[in-house]
Amino acid sequence: MSLTAKDKAVVKAFWGKIGGKADAIGQEALARMFIAYPQTKTYFAHWPDLSPGSESVKKHGKTVIGAITAAVEKMDDLIGGLSSLSDLHAFKLRVDPGNFKILSHNILVALAVNFPGDFTPEVHVSVDKFLAALSAALADKYR
Amino acid sequence: MVEWTEFERATIQDIFSKMDYESVGHNALTRCLVVYPWTQRYFGNFGNLYNAAAIMGNPLVAAHGTVVLHGLDKAVKNMDNIKATYAELSVLHSEKLHVDPDNFRLLADCLTIVVAARLGSGFTPDVQAAFQKFLAVVISALTKQYH
Repeated sequence: MSLTAKDKAVVKAFWGKIGGKADAIGQEALARMFIAYPQTKTYFAHWPDLSPGSESVKKHGKTVIGAITAAVEKMDDLIGGLSSLSDLHAFKLRVDPGNFKILSHNILVALAVNFPGDFTPEVHVSVDKFLAALSAALADKYR
Repeated sequence: MVEWTEFERATIQDIFSKMDYESVGHNALTRCLVVYPWTQRYFGNFGNLYNAAAIMGNPLVAAHGTVVLHGLDKAVKNMDNIKATYAELSVLHSEKLHVDPDNFRLLADCLTIVVAARLGSGFTPDVQAAFQKFLAVVISALTKQYH
């Protein structure tokens, strides 16, 4: 399910609309994931506080969404563009790739909550494809 | 037996009591057919599903969205007995409609997104968890009679 020219244009346009709200979206997606999918918290046992408003969740939400925003500009070669992040996730973090789908779902929910009018079915399908392609690129070095 | 907390019960009753079944059903089914186009395989006789606008404007899609939401209503009204409540519907989806159960999760995800957009900040992480747990139980019951 590769990204068409239309998908890339739709994702770029929608991400432009998100603008300064990106950090909040990242934070909200993580918070939702920890509460709706508690097993994902196992990767963050070293954090003092995993509650929605905590500094850790805020900071990490910003880190994750920042990488995704950067990936919007790398859609022509996600595997190349995410190579070092793939190394990190494969060899150091070793996050089970099934969790990428879970976080993607929670990002979509955060987008729907914050941009109900803009997150149309057409935008939804392109963003979903983008996040899936991104997840595959992130899992590229796993084995 | 599924254990429901007071919060979960109240959340599910609250969401569905305030819901416009026609509108939410229509939007959720439309979204599913657009975001996961392979689900269109079950609706060969619905006519024009060529693009998002056609799907949204298709009266058969709208009508069927309502049917699905009213089916969900059975679970809302029988939260302590969802498995038995859906025994017949499970047989229908398996033996007559031949729906791959993976599709139930796709529609459930679209329903979550539509409800999230409607409720906005009211769709808190805890509400999301309760809603998704409810849908997971429904999916499990609908899959039960497949063999």
